[in-house]
Amino acid sequence: MKLTNRSQVVSDKKMTFLEKIYLPAVLSGITITIKHLFRKKATISYPEVKREIAKVWRGQHVLKRDDKGAERCTACGLCAVACPAEAITMTAAERKKGEENLYREEKYASTYEINMLRCIFCGLCEEACPKEAIFLTDRLVSTDFERNGFVYGKDKLVEPVDERIDISVRQTPAVIEFKKIKQLSHNR
Amino acid sequence: MTDFVLYKLILVGAVFTITLVVAMYATYGERKVAAFLQDRLGPNRAGPFGLLQPLADGLKFFMKEEIIPNVSNKFLFILGPSLAMLTAMMAGVLIPWGNTLLIGGQEYSLQITDINIGILYVFGVVSIGVYGIMIGGWASNNKFSLLGAIRASAQMISYELAMGISIIALILITGTLSLKEISAQQAGGIGGDWNMWNVVVQPLGFLLFIICAFAECNRAPFDLPECETELVGGYHTEYSSMKLGFYLFAEYINMFVSSAVISTLYFGGYNFPFMNDLGLDHNTITIIGTLLFFGKIFFFVFFFMWVRWTLPRFRYDQLMNLGWKILLPLSIANLLITAVVIMWPEILKLMGS
Repeated sequence: MKLTNRSQVVSDKKMTFLEKIYLPAVLSGITITIKHLFRKKATISYPEVKREIAKVWRGQHVLKRDDKGAERCTACGLCAVACPAEAITMTAAERKKGEENLYREEKYASTYEINMLRCIFCGLCEEACPKEAIFLTDRLVSTDFERNGFVYGKDKLVEPVDERIDISVRQTPAVIEFKKIKQLSHNR
Repeated sequence: MTDFVLYKLILVGAVFTITLVVAMYATYGERKVAAFLQDRLGPNRAGPFGLLQPLADGLKFFMKEEIIPNVSNKFLFILGPSLAMLTAMMAGVLIPWGNTLLIGGQEYSLQITDINIGILYVFGVVSIGVYGIMIGGWASNNKFSLLGAIRASAQMISYELAMGISIIALILITGTLSLKEISAQQAGGIGGDWNMWNVVVQPLGFLLFIICAFAECNRAPFDLPECETELVGGYHTEYSSMKLGFYLFAEYINMFVSSAVISTLYFGGYNFPFMNDLGLDHNTITIIGTLLFFGKIFFFVFFFMWVRWTLPRFRYDQLMNLGWKILLPLSIANLLITAVVIMWPEILKLMGS
């Protein structure tokens, strides 16, 4: 009785003599494997050799400073709102007198954390930021032994004053044109 | 007398060390060959090209916790891997690693001992090797181990027959059981007095022998006793630490020794083509011969690995079919044909009279 028309006919043909003695099949098998012995290997020896990444690669974030070395972030929270993975948390604080060279605006982020395990590296935080403070870079997020190690605080996110992180790789021509317009307060 | 003892001691020590070192680096070779056949790089972190990997593995084996199950038979549990290791090491005694060296007018053979029943001894020792697996698997008191041990012994019995009969055909031609004489008979090679390697005279016998050697070493495609997919670890499921290391080590030593036996019996041992035509002195020929002998051995060790990473495992019934219904009749046919060819003049004489 045939219940469905999806059944397939399974071939149970008798093996020929050549198939029965296995040897031709074995020989063809070992010639295939010996060819693989001389083939180019697929492995990339990671720390020494790094996989080539795309120009628009979105990797580990950086919190930028301005020309004078003050943090650009003003803790507006737009990045945290924009984040689809809810990976960003921050607390805002008011700038004290004498801290003008540390923080660009009157309000700043006293803590700023990104959970790299939650982050999907979509780049929406970068798009949302009105202060050009957060950017995704071409760096890879390194491995860790504990989950807490992946919650990156300001110590890992803010770029050092003397060791600025280049973000120009990912800038599109349109953005670079926009930045040349000095009348806009954004670019001042 | 002391000279003799000293020379034998040095030889035994050298063979022992070389066997162990080769087995050690065979584990490294296995991983490298496996990796290369699968388009990977293999171990390359410990030392240059990962050459210190075997040392790291050995250290790991020694540092691991040693577990002896409560329900196991403790004495037999320890005896198993010891026996496997012992028998694996014992077979190397008879291999003629090279011709003789002339030092100060004295002739020193590079074979530890040459007994006139050489092949029988090798067979006996290799057969005892399965006791290591059987005892270990049974003493573990574990179903998987027991299944592995049963498979090992069944496989051993089925394949030893075909192996023995294929050897008998070879012995009919050589007329001797001594491994030294068998290698000496193959001297000369293609350039010399047209003595051929035995593989030319006995191609079918060689094929049967190498298939059976795979089965005797428990190597893929006949690695049923320790197949991970069905039996967890097979006979060594319950083993840990260096006792497990001994089992794995014994497998590689077996591989090395059977490669040496194959090279000796069928591929001229330490002989190489044109060896007597180059006008070299005796010692040079011996040294080159020994090096080439090791080359042949390493090729067969590589071949073992090559086949392992190519072929899938046989099913149990397929294994038995192959052993009893194909290899055994073939080896008997090979024996008969060899016998008839050797006796052909006599047969003709009988027919004529």
